[in-house]
Amino acid sequence: MLKFKVLKVVLISFALLFSTNFVFSQHGENHETEEQTKEFNPGEMIMNHIGDEYGWHITTIGDTHITIPLPVILYSEKSGFHVFMSSKFHHGHESYQNFKIATGKDNRYKGKVVEMIDGKEVRPYDISITKNTLSLFISVAFLLWMFISVAKAYSERKGKAPKGMQSFLEPLIVFVRDDIAKASLGEKKYLKFTPYLLTIFFFIFLNNLLGLVPIFPGGANLTGNIAITMVLAIFTFVITTVNGTKTYWAHLINTPGVPWWLKLPVPLMPFVEILGIFIKPFVLMVRLFANITAGHIVALGFFSLIFLFAEMGGPIAGYGGAVFSVSFTIFLSLLELLVAFIQAYVFTLLSALYFGMATEESH
Amino acid sequence: MGLVTPDFGLTFWMTITFLSVLFILKKFAWKPILNSLKEREESIDEALRSAELAKDEMARLKSDNEKILQQAREEREKLLSDAREVREKIISDAKNEAKVEVDKMMSSAKAQIESEKLTALNEIKETVVSLSIEIAEKVIKKSLSSDKAQVDYANSLLKDIELN
Repeated sequence: MLKFKVLKVVLISFALLFSTNFVFSQHGENHETEEQTKEFNPGEMIMNHIGDEYGWHITTIGDTHITIPLPVILYSEKSGFHVFMSSKFHHGHESYQNFKIATGKDNRYKGKVVEMIDGKEVRPYDISITKNTLSLFISVAFLLWMFISVAKAYSERKGKAPKGMQSFLEPLIVFVRDDIAKASLGEKKYLKFTPYLLTIFFFIFLNNLLGLVPIFPGGANLTGNIAITMVLAIFTFVITTVNGTKTYWAHLINTPGVPWWLKLPVPLMPFVEILGIFIKPFVLMVRLFANITAGHIVALGFFSLIFLFAEMGGPIAGYGGAVFSVSFTIFLSLLELLVAFIQAYVFTLLSALYFGMATEESH
Repeated sequence: MGLVTPDFGLTFWMTITFLSVLFILKKFAWKPILNSLKEREESIDEALRSAELAKDEMARLKSDNEKILQQAREEREKLLSDAREVREKIISDAKNEAKVEVDKMMSSAKAQIESEKLTALNEIKETVVSLSIEIAEKVIKKSLSSDKAQVDYANSLLKDIELN
């Protein structure tokens, strides 16, 4: 019960913090975007949705953008540290203290904060709390609250049947422990890696699901962000490498069950195997990123069809398209729910298999 | 390229956040959860095993009971047949005894009869003797004059005896 109160207080203070800073900005007719054609651009919309941004844009009603401003934290070699709210940029339309959000089609810093030094755009070290970072914090807070309260339930209800959230999460925990960790690592070693496997499983699963929720605090494409999947893959890579046994390394250099001429005089197999230890985590990174991003792109693409139809064929075509698009999006969302679980499972299972290979004893 | 280039800031925050989450969860969530899961599984296993044992024990007790019942039944059977034998023996013994007693009584009765008969005969003999003596006395006492009178007398006496 106390945990609940703490969570409520945290959420309310979060809400208050942002509500005072909520930006309902009204832009005049001579606005830069107004000069551009108001034509709907699905590609841009989709890329904006699956990418990152400095404020959390919730919706736009008329000309009023409703955005949660987020802190921008920069370190410039020229002018030192800077911390300010993203609302200072007025949605990228204004610059602040020589900083601005880069624009332009072929700009390689497009959408990122750059510093104007001698008329040139220079990218500072940027550790801003972006939309994805905030989403990461929220999901992690939720994850911590969820599992610490479940852990408490376990110690309070010792030896009793699970109840509430505990009974919802227990099958998943047991699934990861028995069907992933124990199955790939064996009875002796699984306990060492289970905490990591449980953490990545629930981290990926929760963020996959949150990505499917269209409104705040969901909607960020966190597990479809290459930085997130890269960090996860690097963790798996580091754990695999650190725990590699003598047998593992020996098998990399001298792969058993392979004809000798593949190893001598040209060390073809060792080369492939060594390459493999880097390819494995790389594939992990790309698989999760691509699956989740693709799901978002397709779902958004179907939504865009409504507006494209409306633009081309008028409101009737729009409504007609809407029926078709919405039903397809519902179908895709259900599919994405499945994918959310499968990708979390696959990432965890493959990590477990790599650990299993690395810790293999000679037989 | 923006989509597939890892952003420095997010990588930075992700690394810090994920590491802290990993350690916090490991310490405060996974350890207690996994431990209690294991404990509970062990206690369930234990309970199942003891239930199995109790079942075996029950079966054993039941078969013991069955055995005891069987034994009791046999015991009863035996007791009953013993009792029957004893009864029969008692009856036959009683019969035998009765027969012996009867024989004894019969023989003693016979002996008594025999002795009574003897006494009676003796008495008769004595009576005959005394009668004879009496007659003889009377005959002598009369001192009869004639032979004829003596013979008549003797005949009358004889008649008397026969009448008696």
